[in-house]
Amino acid sequence: MAQSDVMSSFWRGVRHGVPFILVVGPFALLFGVIAAEAGLHVTEALAFSVVVIAGAAQFTALQLMGENAPTWVVLLSALAVNLRMVMYSASLTPHLGGIALWKRGLVAYFLVDQAYAVSILEYERDPDASPAVKFAYFIGVVLPIVPFWYGLTAAGALVGAAIPPELGLDFALPIAFIAMIAPALRTNAHRAAATVSVILVLCLTWIPFNLGLIIAALGGMATGAEIERRYGL
Amino acid sequence: MIEQTEIWFVIVALGIGSFLLRFLFLGFIGDRPMPPWLLRHLRYTAVTVLPALVAPLVVWPAANGGETDPMRVLAAAATLFIGFWTKNVIAAMGSGAAVLLVAHYLP
Repeated sequence: MAQSDVMSSFWRGVRHGVPFILVVGPFALLFGVIAAEAGLHVTEALAFSVVVIAGAAQFTALQLMGENAPTWVVLLSALAVNLRMVMYSASLTPHLGGIALWKRGLVAYFLVDQAYAVSILEYERDPDASPAVKFAYFIGVVLPIVPFWYGLTAAGALVGAAIPPELGLDFALPIAFIAMIAPALRTNAHRAAATVSVILVLCLTWIPFNLGLIIAALGGMATGAEIERRYGL
Repeated sequence: MIEQTEIWFVIVALGIGSFLLRFLFLGFIGDRPMPPWLLRHLRYTAVTVLPALVAPLVVWPAANGGETDPMRVLAAAATLFIGFWTKNVIAAMGSGAAVLLVAHYLP
């Protein structure tokens, strides 16, 4: 096996990653535009996208800096938005824990929502693939997406002008995520976990720093795990 | 106007912090075995975190001033329905986008 499996896995990742350029692109552009409007230089906006590489956290930080919030509040809020990454990291570990440390570091750097969602669903479809094959898939997914994340941030910051909100591009992310999740709701345990999570998050919006998201997800995960423990997969 | 030094401090600190959050399990646990109860919970990460991320955006979209927009809810419902029954991600996305487009061009 080995080499040819790894290459075909990589290219399958590329094919599955390419459509997300349409999702990530508008966000990057929008971040660049908003960053420019907040007074950030192009290099600063680009540095944000390269160093942090997490859209929601970047928007949060920018918003709070614009409101002159204390720096520690800015950092804590943006990191709270990124707490879900801990769960992504944990759930990828059974699949990618066996690869070299520097490769795990690379995965950690590129661990964005889209890459996680596409990869974990692929790994669940074929859990017995080798860690090397799974790593190749992950890299395949992120490779087409990331240049657009960087490039369109810079482009947005250069253009600076407002993108008309009636384009409804804000809804690209929800639609894309729902489309990915829906086929994964295979069992009663999965459906119950998702339902509990959604109900909880809508009830917990009053909790600051996006912690409602974390609590809702943990509640949903406990629900799914308990149903699986009682009734099996 | 935001101060220059604050911007760079936030960029670097947020970059390091985000990386450590992402590296926590992958880097420090690696291929040591994880207990079955933990794995059982982790199987439901994707179907809980992503819906929780999306649900408020569907119900209270910021682009609509945080007010519920029936067409966005309908678009989300169409995406979920088509995605669930066809298992086809592209068809699901297309149906959601179609609902939004139709809503946009209706008077």
